[in-house]
This record gives sequence, C-alpha cells and structure tokens, in this order.
Amino acid sequence: MKYLFYPGCSADGTALEYKRTSEAVLTALGVELQELGDWTCCGSSVAPVVSDLLSVVLPARNLAIAERTDGHCELLVICSACFTSFRSANTRIATTPGLLDMVNEALEVEGLHYSGGVRVRHLLDVLANDIGPEKIEKKVVRPLRGLTIAPYYGCQTVRPYGDYDDNEYPDSMVGILEAFGADVYHHRYEARCCGTSLVTTKPEVGLGMAGRILAAASPADCLAAVCPMCQMNLDAYQDKASLVVGEELHIPVLFLTQLLGLAMGMSWRQVMIRRNIVSPEPVLAKVGK
Amino acid sequence: MSPEWLDLTAVKGAPEFLGELVPAGEKLYTCIQCGTCTASCPAAEVMDITPRHMWRMIQLGLKDEVLHSKAMWLCSVCYSCSVRCPRGIPLTDTIAHLKQLATQEGIEGVPESTCFYRVFAEVMRRYGRMREMEFMARYFLATDLFAALDYVPMGLAMLSRGKIKIEFPRLVGRGRLDRLFDKVAELEGKLS
Repeated sequence: MKYLFYPGCSADGTALEYKRTSEAVLTALGVELQELGDWTCCGSSVAPVVSDLLSVVLPARNLAIAERTDGHCELLVICSACFTSFRSANTRIATTPGLLDMVNEALEVEGLHYSGGVRVRHLLDVLANDIGPEKIEKKVVRPLRGLTIAPYYGCQTVRPYGDYDDNEYPDSMVGILEAFGADVYHHRYEARCCGTSLVTTKPEVGLGMAGRILAAASPADCLAAVCPMCQMNLDAYQDKASLVVGEELHIPVLFLTQLLGLAMGMSWRQVMIRRNIVSPEPVLAKVGK
Repeated sequence: MSPEWLDLTAVKGAPEFLGELVPAGEKLYTCIQCGTCTASCPAAEVMDITPRHMWRMIQLGLKDEVLHSKAMWLCSVCYSCSVRCPRGIPLTDTIAHLKQLATQEGIEGVPESTCFYRVFAEVMRRYGRMREMEFMARYFLATDLFAALDYVPMGLAMLSRGKIKIEFPRLVGRGRLDRLFDKVAELEGKLS
C-alpha cells in the first residue's frame, strides 16, 4: 500500500505532531508514504475569495506534481481544508469545459502539466477503509482501556466531499477508537464547525462555536481530531472559549494519530504529547506511560 | 412556465447579479425560501441578515444591500447549508463568491475578515506556504495591535510547548508564487 503524501502548511508548523505521528503510525501499519516534493499551499478557503481560477490553480499545482511523481498513486492529505481544496479543484476541472486548458496555461510558468486524474484521499478514509479497524486492532499492544474518547470530525473532513462517510452523522472513527480498546463518547457536535478563522476575525462568534463543542464533549476524557485547524481551535483557545460560553472548559484534544501511536506502543515522547496545549498527561496516565 | 408576476428573471438587476454568482448562478432562482440553510448555519444567529433572507435579496437584485451586509463574512465554510439544501444549490461556494465581489468593490463589511484574506494571500504568495506566525503578526499589525495582547498568554503557552517555529521574514526579492499569481491574474483579465 503506497500513497503520495501532502502534509500541508499547518502540519509542517503548529501541528507538526500530526505530521510526525501520521507518518509513524502509517509506516508501522505497513503503508509506504512518499512526501510530495516542492509542494505549496493548497489555497485553503482563502483562494476562492481571491479568485476562482486561483482556487483551482493552487491545488492543481500540487496535483500536477503528484501526477508527475507517480501517476497511479493516490494523494493522501491529513488536513480537511486541503482535502476540500483538492477535491473541489478536481471536481471543477471535471465539470467545467475548457477549465483544464486554462489551468495548464497557468501551470506552464511552473513547468507543470495536469491531466486531472489524481485521486485524493483523507487520512481518516485511509485508516477506516483501506487499513481498517481489524488490522489496526492486531497492532494494538497497549489497549487504551478505560479511556473515554469523544470523536470530532469537524466540517470539511466529511462535507461536501466525504464520499467515504455520512455528511452529517459520520462514524468512520468509531471502529478505529474501539480497536484501541477505548470507549467512544458520542455527542451532538461531532460534525459541527470548530469556528475556523472566526476565532481570529470574530472571536466572540468563533470561540462560541469551539466552546459549545468542548462543553458537549466534556464528559469524555479527551477529544480525537483529524484536522490541524480543528485541533488548534479546540485545544489552544480553551481559556478564551470558557469565557465566551461561561463554563470552565478543560479537556485534552489529541490527534487521532497520536492516540493510535500510543495504542501501538509508542511512547509519550514519540507521539509528542508535550505539544498539546491542554496536557493529556493526567488522562493518559490511566493507560500507562 | 411561471406566471409573469412570478418570473424573477424579469426583476431589475437580478439577472446580472445572479450571472456573477458562479457556481450557483441561475440555480438561485430555484430557492424556495424553506430556511433550511438558516436553521443549519452555526452563525445565523449573529448575522445581520440570515442566509435565507440573503438568497431572497439576491433574487430581487439587491446587490448593494447584500454586498454591504456582514452575513457572508460570518460564514465559516462548514458546508452544512450546501449539503442540506433541498434544491441542491451550492450555497457555501456562492458565499465565497460574494466575499470576492465585495472585496473587488472595496466594501469592507467586516474589516478584520478582509484583512485576514488579504494577508493570508500575501504570505502564501511570498513563501509558497503559510507561515502561521508571520501571518498572525501581520494580521494583528494591520487590524488591532491592542487585541494581540489578548493572545499573549496563548502565544507563550504555544512557545513553551514548541509549537511556534521561528522564521525570519524575507521581504526582498521575488515571492515563491509571484509568477503563478501573475499568470492567473493575466488569464482572468483575458476572461473579463
């Protein structure tokens, strides 16, 4: 099983622990990853506000590199905003006559060409469907028994391109968390928005959105996230979100791959839990260091 | 055929405005005002006009009123309205387009948002990749430096946990994606 790997900007910066643990667990599960050379920003939800063509050309630049590297290989992304940008570019290219020619005219300045055929997959899809809970369970050497985990999918992981799961009531994480031996805590905000850039531009609105998710998940020991932006909003802004929702919020937010690494026997250091703002150490002590 | 009094395509200003709103375009005429979008929107309660209301105003060609509203800037691009719309109208992508039109016309419904998008695009163009810390620093410099004080405790927590990568800004010379951005602008110029 081999994938080309696009980490994305956040996973190379604030969410480095997500990139490193994704690489470590996938490798341990027998997956071969090849990081895309010379990748650039996917344009996120910003490019569509700047220009329609740019919002297709920026992801297409990376898709063209993927195609040149290995035309038969799927592209694995771990950030949900990147996932949406790439899927959206492919969809628009497939449904808009003449667009691909124009994209290629633009890509010429980078010496690149795209034919439109690179399939893009979200990490959660690959873990849940290509690898699957059964294979994961076989690799679990330190079951996370006694730990109650609240899944958090967020928006763009499953909307609008989550063909591998339900747009509104996703459950891809359930089998994986159960394979760890953990208990799953379901809450009503599993696929509600984390607030994205509103936590910066309109904090009173964005923090309310993040705060309501955290409050709903609070009976659990921790949250599991699969997007760097969601994880950052839910983890780093808890003090501020507490003030907005008027409730003391304190719940660790780990990347699914950090939890997977722990279940597979990696150390706290290897899964880099020191980088989580709300320390997961007290709850993780339940399952042993 | 709908009776003439129901024919929204005859509303003054509406066909041109809808024509600008790709990808939905004329699909917006099919909005039945059910309000599912508003009920699904996590930010509807703080918007000056609700999403349902906004689609109706667009049908009626009220371009200025729509572009001057703050509603679109409170959209967090969660796609809840899009996946639930019984008419299958790509509402979320249309909102991105409304933001684009407002920006082009220099209308700053929420100046923090316009600044956010502008600085993000500048950093992306310069380095090819997002530099989160430089982006935040430039965003606060351009909006409200005083508000940045609020983020000092969080910044220190992130610094102590090794989450902040220190990179010096590179302000001279060509940006990594200058050529691509310029080429896209040139091609778009040909289109319009």
